[in-house]
Amino acid sequence: MSDTIITSAPKTGASKNNVSMSDQSKGRRSLWRAGVVLIIAACCYEAVARSGYFAPALMPKLSLVAQTFVAMLLDGTMIEHSVFTLYRVMFGFLLAVLVGLPLGILMARFAAVEGFFLPLVSALMPIPSFALVPLFMLWFGIGNLTTILIVFYAATFPMMFNTWSGVRSVNPLWLRAAGAMGADENALFWKVIIPGASPFIITGLRQAFLRAWIAVVGAEMIAASDWGLGWVIFDAKEFLNTDVMLAALVVIGGIGFVFEKMVFGSLEKATIQRWGMSRVAKG
Amino acid sequence: MVPIAIDNVTLEYDTPAGKVTGVKDVSFDIGASEFICIVGPSGCGKSTLLNVIAGFLPPAAGEIRIDGKAVKGHGMDRGVVFQDFAQLFPWRTALGNVSFGLEMKGIPKAERDKIAREQLRLVKLEKFVDSFPHHLSGGMQQRVAIARALAYNPSVLLMDEPFAALDAMTRDDMQLLLADVWRATRKTVIYVTHNVAEAVYLADRVIVMSAHPGTVQADIRIDLPRPRDPLSLEFVDCQKQLMRHLGHKVSGNGAGH
Amino acid sequence: MQDAATTISAREAPGHSPGRAASRLRSIWRNVFPFIVVGVLWEIVAISGIFPARLFPTIETVARTFFALTANGILPHHAIETLIRLLSGFALAGVFGVTIGILMGRSRLAEDIFLPLVSICAPIPGLAYTPLFLLWFGLGSFSSILLVGFVSAFPVIFNSWTGVKAVKEIWVRSAHSMGADDRRMFTHVILPGALPYILTGLRLGLAQAWRVLVAVEMLAAVPWGLGWLIFGARKFLNTDAMLAGIVVIALIGLLLEKLVFQKIENYTVVRWGMVAA
Repeated sequence: MSDTIITSAPKTGASKNNVSMSDQSKGRRSLWRAGVVLIIAACCYEAVARSGYFAPALMPKLSLVAQTFVAMLLDGTMIEHSVFTLYRVMFGFLLAVLVGLPLGILMARFAAVEGFFLPLVSALMPIPSFALVPLFMLWFGIGNLTTILIVFYAATFPMMFNTWSGVRSVNPLWLRAAGAMGADENALFWKVIIPGASPFIITGLRQAFLRAWIAVVGAEMIAASDWGLGWVIFDAKEFLNTDVMLAALVVIGGIGFVFEKMVFGSLEKATIQRWGMSRVAKG
Repeated sequence: MVPIAIDNVTLEYDTPAGKVTGVKDVSFDIGASEFICIVGPSGCGKSTLLNVIAGFLPPAAGEIRIDGKAVKGHGMDRGVVFQDFAQLFPWRTALGNVSFGLEMKGIPKAERDKIAREQLRLVKLEKFVDSFPHHLSGGMQQRVAIARALAYNPSVLLMDEPFAALDAMTRDDMQLLLADVWRATRKTVIYVTHNVAEAVYLADRVIVMSAHPGTVQADIRIDLPRPRDPLSLEFVDCQKQLMRHLGHKVSGNGAGH
Repeated sequence: MQDAATTISAREAPGHSPGRAASRLRSIWRNVFPFIVVGVLWEIVAISGIFPARLFPTIETVARTFFALTANGILPHHAIETLIRLLSGFALAGVFGVTIGILMGRSRLAEDIFLPLVSICAPIPGLAYTPLFLLWFGLGSFSSILLVGFVSAFPVIFNSWTGVKAVKEIWVRSAHSMGADDRRMFTHVILPGALPYILTGLRLGLAQAWRVLVAVEMLAAVPWGLGWLIFGARKFLNTDAMLAGIVVIALIGLLLEKLVFQKIENYTVVRWGMVAA
C-alpha cells in the first residue's frame, strides 16, 4: 500500500493556532465513532459466519480467529514467522538505504553519475519487483537470498529517487547564505544539503520501507520459502486454514502499521515537523 | 569599516535571444561606514549588482574592490540578507542560524552561543533564541537574518530588499531597528530597495539607477539629521527629488509614491 | 535574486544551440550508452559460462525467443490478457474509489463509516489478501481482477477524500452567494476543485494495480497473462522466455509511465497551476 498512507489525513484549512484544540476533540470524536463502526462491522461478519451460509472453513468465527491468533503467539510460531519476515525485510531495506542514499546524492551532485544511472533507473523502475521473483528463484534458489534481493530491488528506487530530488531541490538561497558565511564544501554538504534534503530523504525511507514490506510478503508467498508471514497465509490456503490466514493478516497489518506510524511517524515528528518543513509528499 | 570601489562594472545575461546587457559601466565608491541605498525600477539590475558585490556572480567586465582588494567569490568580509524569508535554515533554531557563520569559523560552542545571543539581543529577539524559524513571524525571521549576517562580524552588510515582503507597519519598525543596529555597529551597508521613502529614511547616499541597460542615473547625498522624521518637510522634499530622478511626475506634496 | 536565477538557467541554454541534430544525436547516445555498458557486461557473464546457459542466456537468445514468441502470437496474447485484467481491475477501483472518496469528503456519516474500515485495510500489503480472495472467489481471472480493484482502490479513495476536503471554503461560499444549488455546486465547484487530487489518486491507483497484478497472476493460476508466463517458464527453466516476458512487462510499465502518468501529472500541475498531493 505504498502510496496511500503518505497522502492520507488532509491537514488542509486548519489555521495554525487552534489546531491542537480542535484536533484533539475531533480525534476523540472520530475515535469513538470508529470504535462503533468497527464493532458493527465485526457483528455483521460474525452474523454471516454463524449463519452457516458459507462453509466455516472459509469464514471462521471471529472467536476462532482470535483463538488461533493467541495460540500461535503463545506457542511461538507466529513470533518465529514474524522474526523471519522482519529479518528479511530489514536486511533488504538496509541494503537499499546503503545503496540508494549515496547513489541518489551522487546523482544529484555529479552530472556524469546522473547521466549514467538515470536512463537505467527509468527503464528498471517500471518493472514490478514481483516480476523478478521467478527469475531470482532460478538464480538464487528459494531461500532468504531471493527474498532479500527482491526487497532490496523494491526499496532501492524510492530511496534513491527521493534522495536525488531532495538534494536537487535544496533551496539555492540556503547555499548562498551558507557560502556567504564561509561554509566550505564539506560544511555545505553536511550542514546544509543533507538537512535541507531531509524531508525528501525521510519520505524516501518511508516509501522504501512500505515497498519493502509489500515486497517481502509477496516474495514469501511466491517463492514459498519455509518461514515467514507471507508463506503462512499462502500455505494456510492449501489447507483451508482461513483462521490462520486471518491471524497472519492481522500481524502483517500490525507490523506495517507500527513501522509506518511509530518509527517513521516519530522520525518525522522529531525532524521535519519540528522544523516546519513537512511537505505534502508526492506518491 | 572599509571603503568599496565599484569600477566600470558591466553585466550580461545570456538569453535565448542572445546576450543582453543588464548593467552597463556602473561606477561608484562607497566610503567606510557609509549607508548606501540603491534605488531603481525593476529590471535595472540593482539586485544583480548586489549579487556581484556579494560574489555570487562574476561581472562581465570591470571590477569590485573592497578595501583595495578585488572581489573573487564570496567571502566572510561581507554579510548578506535576502528578501526571501526562506533564507533561514528551517532545521536550526534562531540561535543555531545566527551561530552558523561562527561555527564555520571554528569558534568553540560556548563562545559562539554567547555571541549569537548578543546579536539576537541587538535585534530584540532575546526571547526567541530557541524558536525554529517557522514559529517566527516574517519580521522576526528577517531580524534573525540580520543578526545572522552580523554575527561573524563582516565589515560590509549587503541587503537585498530585506523588508519588501513585510507589511507596512512591520516595515516601519524594522527600518527603525536597522537604523539603530547600524548606528551601534557602524558597518558599511549596501541596501537595495525600490521604496523611495525607505531609502530616504535609511541612507547617507542614494544611488538611483535606470533600466535597459542599468546605469547610474544619479548619486544623491541625504544630509538630513538622524533620527529622521518621515513627516518633516525636508524628508518629503528629499523624496520628491528622488522620485523626479526616477522619472515620476511629482505634484502636490504627498509622501510616498 | 530573480535576475540571478534567469542568468544561471539561461547560461546552460547555448549548449543546445549549435546544430540541433548533433545535440539530439548526443543526447540519444548519452541515453543509450549505459544500456550498452550493462549489455556488454551481461554478454561477458553469459558467454563466460560462470552460470549455466539455461539460467543465464545471452541477449541474442532472449531476443530470438522474444521475436519467436511475438511472431507466433503467444506473447501478445499474454500481454493482452494482462492488460484487460489491469484495465478491468483499475476501472473497478476508479468507479468505487472515487465514489467512496467523494462521499467521505462530503458527508460526515460516510466519513465515519468508511474511514475506520479503510484505515484498517489499507496498511496491509495488497498481495497478502490474495489467498483470502482465492479462497472466497476461487482461482482464476475473476479473483485477480477483484483483488487488483480492491488493492488499487485505496490510493484513489484517500486522494479523492483529501481532494474534496481541500476544496477551498471561499470557493464554496462565493458559489453559494452566486446562487449555485447543491447539484451545480458539486459539478462546477467541488468536482473541479478536487480534480487534481482525484487524478493523482487514479495515477497512484493504476501504478499500484500494475505492481500487484503481475504477482497476482502468478498466484491465481490464470490461464494466460504475463505474470503466469514468467512464473510458468520457471518450471521448465525457460529463462529466455522469462526474460522476454519481463521485457514486455518493462515495456508496458514504461508506456504507462510515459503515456499516462506523466500526461496526468503535466495536466494537473501545468494546466491548473496547482501541485496536487
